[in-house]
Amino acid sequence: MCLGVPAKVIELMANEVARVDVNGNQTEISVRLTPEVKINEYVLVHAGFAMEIIDESIALETMKYLEELLQYE
Amino acid sequence: MSEISDYQQQLLHAIQTEKASVTLMEVCGTHTMAIAKSGIRELLPPNIKLLSGPGCPVCVTSQGDIDAVIELVRQKDIILVTFGDMMRVPGTYSSLQEERSQGADIRIAYSPLDALRVARENADKEIVFLGIGFETTAPAIAVTLEQARSEGLGNFSVFSLHKVVPPALELIFSDPDINVDGLICPGHVSVVIGVEPYEILAQKHRKPCVITGFETLDILEGIYMLLKQIKQGDAQAEIQYRRVVKREGNLVARQSIEKVFKPVAARWRGLGVIPDSGLALREEFEHMDARLKFNIPEMEEIPIKGCACGEVLTGKISPPECLLFGRACTPLKPVGPCMVSHEGSCAAYYRYTPAKGRG
Ligand code: SF4
Repeated sequence: MCLGVPAKVIELMANEVARVDVNGNQTEISVRLTPEVKINEYVLVHAGFAMEIIDESIALETMKYLEELLQYE
Repeated sequence: MSEISDYQQQLLHAIQTEKASVTLMEVCGTHTMAIAKSGIRELLPPNIKLLSGPGCPVCVTSQGDIDAVIELVRQKDIILVTFGDMMRVPGTYSSLQEERSQGADIRIAYSPLDALRVARENADKEIVFLGIGFETTAPAIAVTLEQARSEGLGNFSVFSLHKVVPPALELIFSDPDINVDGLICPGHVSVVIGVEPYEILAQKHRKPCVITGFETLDILEGIYMLLKQIKQGDAQAEIQYRRVVKREGNLVARQSIEKVFKPVAARWRGLGVIPDSGLALREEFEHMDARLKFNIPEMEEIPIKGCACGEVLTGKISPPECLLFGRACTPLKPVGPCMVSHEGSCAAYYRYTPAKGRG
């Protein structure tokens, strides 16, 4: 139910609505809850609303614990 | 092998070398589903137990509340707009799906804003949006209510079954029958509420909490972070899902919830009535509160015979331990809500456990 999908912001339109791309499909969502979002940023979409801007600099690949994991080898 | 899958293997290896007996609980239906799908549970050593908690909003909705919604759609000139998950949830005598086949006007929407469109197009009808969900969903409903008010849409209202997660977690940590050493905290609820509520819980109960994402790598990293804290005797609230969750959460979303809703006591399936765990409309929005507008009384709580959803939702039993699981109760013919919702524990177990392991 709390499912969120990542979407890329393509266009910012009137009334805090944005056109976004989700896996190649374009759709319109409300960006009322993320007023500072910019074009080309990724957002997490839930129930037709952008819930948060995704920070791409902290990608999945950060591998924060890589070094300490080596001790288990 | 790519670097990422290397890292994933290393996390798994570290988790598998853990010797202590540890019980962790995940409190998000999306985690329940992701864990079942990825097979993580089967990869854990027997000393590490993973329980599912009250993380599926549809499943924790009380029987009386479902019956109340059914009562509502039987009234004249009502159009109920709802998220799809609610359609098949069995009430005591009926379900929304059954009511629809009997002629009730029930429409499925992806966004609550769709309900406003229905309201504009059907001025002679009363449009009720069935508000269900945790903090992830409540801001969307709050914004929709504000929008309806500013448009002066007199025929729109919300039946709020919204709940907030921290009071339920407080109850879980306080229940002597539920022994949980650490919490895998819900990623998308936390997008809104941030880390602070878990800091309070972690400190008070001396249990670590880690806000975790939904990829297999996220979940393994979350489990690793919890095990590490437990080993070191720490009890901190941490964020593994840092690419989306900010420490303070989403302030705009929190403010919209605050503006439109007030905390009230709410009944949870399996947990009973929990103070301040529900969201009702504030006075300024009360004219759009469907329960008041259509005079829907509190309904009696009639338990479903033989269904152990309550125990499943609190991690007291795992789904295959329910006598009906896989026999009288399957996704095609669900007895309780935990088998209806995709993210219900029973449905997740049923779908991803090989038949022989279904007990
Ligand atoms: S298997 Fe069915 S009857 Fe048993 S607890 Fe789950 S939903 Fe209820």
